[in-house]
Amino acid sequence: MADDLLVVEGLKKHFPVTRGIIFQRQVAAVKAVDGVSFTVKRGETLGVVGESGCGKSTMARCIMRLIEPTAGSVVFDGREITGLSRHELRPIRREMMMVFQDPYASLNPRKRVGAIVGEALEVHKIGTATETKRRVQELLEIVGLNPEHYNRFPHEFSGGQRQRIGVARALAINPKLIVCDEPVSALDVSVQAQILNLLKDLQKEFGLTYVFIAHDLNVVRHISDRVLVMYLGHAVEVATRDALYHHPRHPYTGALLSAVPVPNPELARARQQILLEGDVPSPLNPPSGCWFHPRCPRHHPGVCDVREPQLVAAAGDHRVACHFPLERWPMNAAEMAAPAASASTGAGTATGAP
Amino acid sequence: MALLDVRDLHTTFRTDDGLVKAVDGVSFTVEPGQTLGIVGESGSGKSVTCLTIMGLNDRRSAITSGQALFKGADLLAMPKNQLRALRGNEISMIFQDPMTSLNPVHTIGRQLVEAVHLHQDVSRSSARSQSLDVLKAVGIPNAERRIDDYPHQFSGGMRQRVMIAMALINHPDLLIADEPTTALDVTTQAQILKLMDTLQKEYGSAIVMITHDLGVVAEIADDVVVMYGAQVVERATAEELFARPSMPYTWGLLGSLPRIDHDVERLAQIPGTPPSLLNPPPGCRFHPRCTYAMSICQSEQPPLASATGSETHLSRCHLDPATRLTEIKKLESGHFAEVT
Repeated sequence: MADDLLVVEGLKKHFPVTRGIIFQRQVAAVKAVDGVSFTVKRGETLGVVGESGCGKSTMARCIMRLIEPTAGSVVFDGREITGLSRHELRPIRREMMMVFQDPYASLNPRKRVGAIVGEALEVHKIGTATETKRRVQELLEIVGLNPEHYNRFPHEFSGGQRQRIGVARALAINPKLIVCDEPVSALDVSVQAQILNLLKDLQKEFGLTYVFIAHDLNVVRHISDRVLVMYLGHAVEVATRDALYHHPRHPYTGALLSAVPVPNPELARARQQILLEGDVPSPLNPPSGCWFHPRCPRHHPGVCDVREPQLVAAAGDHRVACHFPLERWPMNAAEMAAPAASASTGAGTATGAP
Repeated sequence: MALLDVRDLHTTFRTDDGLVKAVDGVSFTVEPGQTLGIVGESGSGKSVTCLTIMGLNDRRSAITSGQALFKGADLLAMPKNQLRALRGNEISMIFQDPMTSLNPVHTIGRQLVEAVHLHQDVSRSSARSQSLDVLKAVGIPNAERRIDDYPHQFSGGMRQRVMIAMALINHPDLLIADEPTTALDVTTQAQILKLMDTLQKEYGSAIVMITHDLGVVAEIADDVVVMYGAQVVERATAEELFARPSMPYTWGLLGSLPRIDHDVERLAQIPGTPPSLLNPPPGCRFHPRCTYAMSICQSEQPPLASATGSETHLSRCHLDPATRLTEIKKLESGHFAEVT
């Protein structure tokens, strides 16, 4: 469709695990991203949430082709970019940029801010040296830094200011898409708010499209139009922000939402949390059937550990990969587990449900 | 009597650039069995406060004054061997990073047994069975088998549980937790907070919880201390702090938090960055970033005084009560003070 800027279909990234020194045999694969599909419309923000190790960052890097996806397609602005050579990819790289998580590690400490922000202009041979300088100073001003800081080094800035430099660098060549990989998780709350406001303002001003990766559900809610929830390399739920936060369908999303600390003592103590047991399983040896079933309070023996759920529409645009999606929200742990309790008697009806 | 009574604590570090006042006149009390939350941004002095109380600062560069009375005895004036007998026994600490605070070359069982032997005169087998019990109490599955594993064989959340087990093994009266859940995912964080709550009820320990996350504070704290620029800027019970925060920095903190429970188009941001402690601003430390700053704020430091007439709710601000009340009203109705 014309208003889809980015269409990702069945994206997979498997990292091989090898044995041997000279003849490296592949003995297993870490399925970091295992068949993720989604679309991002022009001018919207897609938030991506999930726990560490769920494949969010790998997915972002695959979209940017910083690493080669194992399978799947990425269509950016109507062009398939997975098969393109480096040379063919060049002009497309102008239109997608990335902001990284760690503002301390993502800026070259030996380069001046002017060179860091202007590098993309130089690489793509846009403008003369004086034009580049003027553009960089303009960019610094846009992101709220003093243009006179052009000649400073990254170590002279605080974390929040560095992240602004990272944003200025991403804006330099007027990209259409910016992939933000945890851009605020290393920052203090007051500075985090500054960067979030800045990203929102820039989006309005330049009509940017964001893929915004974060593990903080509050931040994602604030900035996103639609949200993708990932678990163990799979998309488990995709919905508009309001639908997802008001009525999550996947038990994992429900558990995530109930685990978020609420800065209100009365609410925080009154609500019923759904505590998940254990940790995220290793993507080297993922569970059979539904990848979430070992931790799922709704786990349904004979169904969830056998069949892999597909991402299907639950209501309109709201898609969920679960055999037994939540009927309503909020729910407490006992209510959530209810279908599992009745499973032994009504397995036939339950399997027919999805 | 308060379990821990910190009075006018000062910690100054000698650095190449000059003296850094990392803690500047901090006072608070912790009652037995209660939880105190210390919130603040990075560099506000919350960790150094606790390291000072525990006597863990580098003696060559840190200059300390003030008092930290634990059951009436001053921890800061105590001889080293007496302090060593207290630490890990009656007072213990959980550090932020579970990846680096366990010894990687020893099994966790050995590290736990070491903690028991330091403070109790018991046999090896009894120390081991104590270790096993505490591992079970913190919810390590297959504790009998895992006790002989090395730290790298555990996940982050499990390592943090081991840290908690180690801190609790001698049933301390006071547990100081320095950002225990910051490195963890939300689901794991919820597990750990729940665990700390359960164990607190069981053992009756008091907890000092250092965090930058107001959400975590709302979850578990009874009393809250807000720190900014090495000082306490507001002190109240958790209910009061969230219902009637009484100074601009706390308003800013609450306003800059994206929240799951309501929508705002723009977050209220606090302009600028936290002050350098090498050269803190004169007058009120917050005035360069404060939208309500008056001329008095630049010259005179406000005292930590009762804000709402209540003895338990103190804050540091020159603003008159009427202005504060209207601002708190705005907060209540969900309109955060937008900085223009």
